Amino acid sequence: MNTPLADELRILSPTGVCGSGFIESSFERGLALQPHVIGCDAGSTDPGPAYLGSGRTAFPRAAIRRDLRLMLLGARRLGIPLIVGSAGTAGADGQLQFMRELVEEIAAEEKLSFRLALIHAEQDKEYLRAKFRAGRITPLPPAPPFDEGVIDRSEHIVGMMGAEPFQRALEGGAEVIIAGRASDTAIFAALPILRGFPEGIAWHAAKILECGAAAVVNRKTPDCMFAWLRKDHFVVEAPDPALRCTPQSIASHSLYENADPFRLIECSGTLDLTQSRYEALTDRSVKVSGSRFEPADRYTVKLEGAEKAGYQSILIGSIRDPYIIRQIDDWTTRLKDKIHARVAMVYGDKLPRDQYTLVIRIYGKNGTMGPLEPVKEIRSHELCLVFEATAPTQEIASTLAQIIRHQALHLPIPEWSGLITALACPYNHLDRGAVYRFNVNQVVAPDDPCEMFPTDWVDVGGAARKRAAA
Amino acid sequence: MTALAELARLIRSKNAGPFELTFDIMFETEERYLRVKKSGALSREVVAAKYGLAPADVKFFFCDNAYAIKASIPRPAIQGDVLDSDGHGGQQYAPLMDIEVP
Repeated sequence: MNTPLADELRILSPTGVCGSGFIESSFERGLALQPHVIGCDAGSTDPGPAYLGSGRTAFPRAAIRRDLRLMLLGARRLGIPLIVGSAGTAGADGQLQFMRELVEEIAAEEKLSFRLALIHAEQDKEYLRAKFRAGRITPLPPAPPFDEGVIDRSEHIVGMMGAEPFQRALEGGAEVIIAGRASDTAIFAALPILRGFPEGIAWHAAKILECGAAAVVNRKTPDCMFAWLRKDHFVVEAPDPALRCTPQSIASHSLYENADPFRLIECSGTLDLTQSRYEALTDRSVKVSGSRFEPADRYTVKLEGAEKAGYQSILIGSIRDPYIIRQIDDWTTRLKDKIHARVAMVYGDKLPRDQYTLVIRIYGKNGTMGPLEPVKEIRSHELCLVFEATAPTQEIASTLAQIIRHQALHLPIPEWSGLITALACPYNHLDRGAVYRFNVNQVVAPDDPCEMFPTDWVDVGGAARKRAAA
Repeated sequence: MTALAELARLIRSKNAGPFELTFDIMFETEERYLRVKKSGALSREVVAAKYGLAPADVKFFFCDNAYAIKASIPRPAIQGDVLDSDGHGGQQYAPLMDIEVP
């Protein structure tokens, strides 16, 4: 394995998401294989729009800190770069700052010193307006409509950086890179492409690595993956000896969370897997060759945005009475009418009907699939109802939930005469605070791959380093 | 006839970004994969009908080296929006399970 750098480049991916964890012994085995770089993705849109909208993180701070500490210690011990992308789930500026503080806190505790590059991905609204007016923002179907109003309403808009901003930081001497929103694969493809490895090899290896051990046959828990990149192929193997990669498991991985399993679009072009060959090298490692990269005519950066949809309150209740269950659609239709009438009585003109949303989810009927549910007959002896009120303020949403509760509680059915109590509520209503929606699936064409992603340089533990040198 | 769920090792659905939903139907053996592929029981048109779409809105793939069939559709509601009921898109595959395969 100790061939010169020119012929081989080795990459360790500790886990699929920083904060989801990995087994420490697997990570140590990975380090023993002498990687040239450690890479880790730290974000996704998968947890939902609330993280880009609110700036919170999907994984807990303590869990992110645990993973980050081990990665920083490992990278500094070997003297190799650590690259973390999509900081703090959505990779907006506040989340980049959150990761920077964690890095500095760990460095101080562990007496580490290194040159840190912080790459921003949050987009300046004036920059986006100018690009929009210049016709350089275009939809990525299926995309919601986009105009300057979308830019104005967004809480945050981030650009998903490609490999180039990482390469610029590496060339600038970064020992640790913490980046805002980034293509998961760019984190891993940046160094091999910089060192002259074919882009088809680099991007495909990156696609496997970015999910950690997700591509093994027998995944037990989030864990490490390792790749050896060579001039005409790459090899992947999980450091944990209990985990196996097979040609089928590695080929299957290109399906995961991707709309098209053969053509994966990056800023600078498309990874084409139609000619990829997967061979078992051992019973737990796979050799991949034949993957190609087609450079794009135009460099594009995907944008992600989130805007506030309003404030929400919810009420959870259940129904056990078979008389109500057998007429649940009629009962909820009548209930909605009663709620709207009561809201009009309480608010008058101050809350027009189009200013709030009322949703009733019926679990036990079609709570999961809604109108797409093919099973129409209810076989449940009980139903769970979730009532959602979304309104311009929390106070109004909360008021609506209180109205919903009282209306639902006593809505009569013809089978019973007298006052009924129709809903079993385990809790009072819950105020959820602000809720958000994704509102951008567009790409922007920059003049330069790095212009949207400025870098801050930080000399972490600089004083300690100077003392040691003295 | 055999239900697709009995032939597959895994049928799953998942977000492919906030605006698309993707289905993976994966098989343990090439034999089972080819049986389903050649039967025509699972096609772009069948997926479109299950999810109330026009066939042109469905992306559909046979992945021979993975022994897998894949389909992607526009999300019924944008992920996390007020009408969305499944933020990760993980429980939308059930209607594919009982497709009958000759």
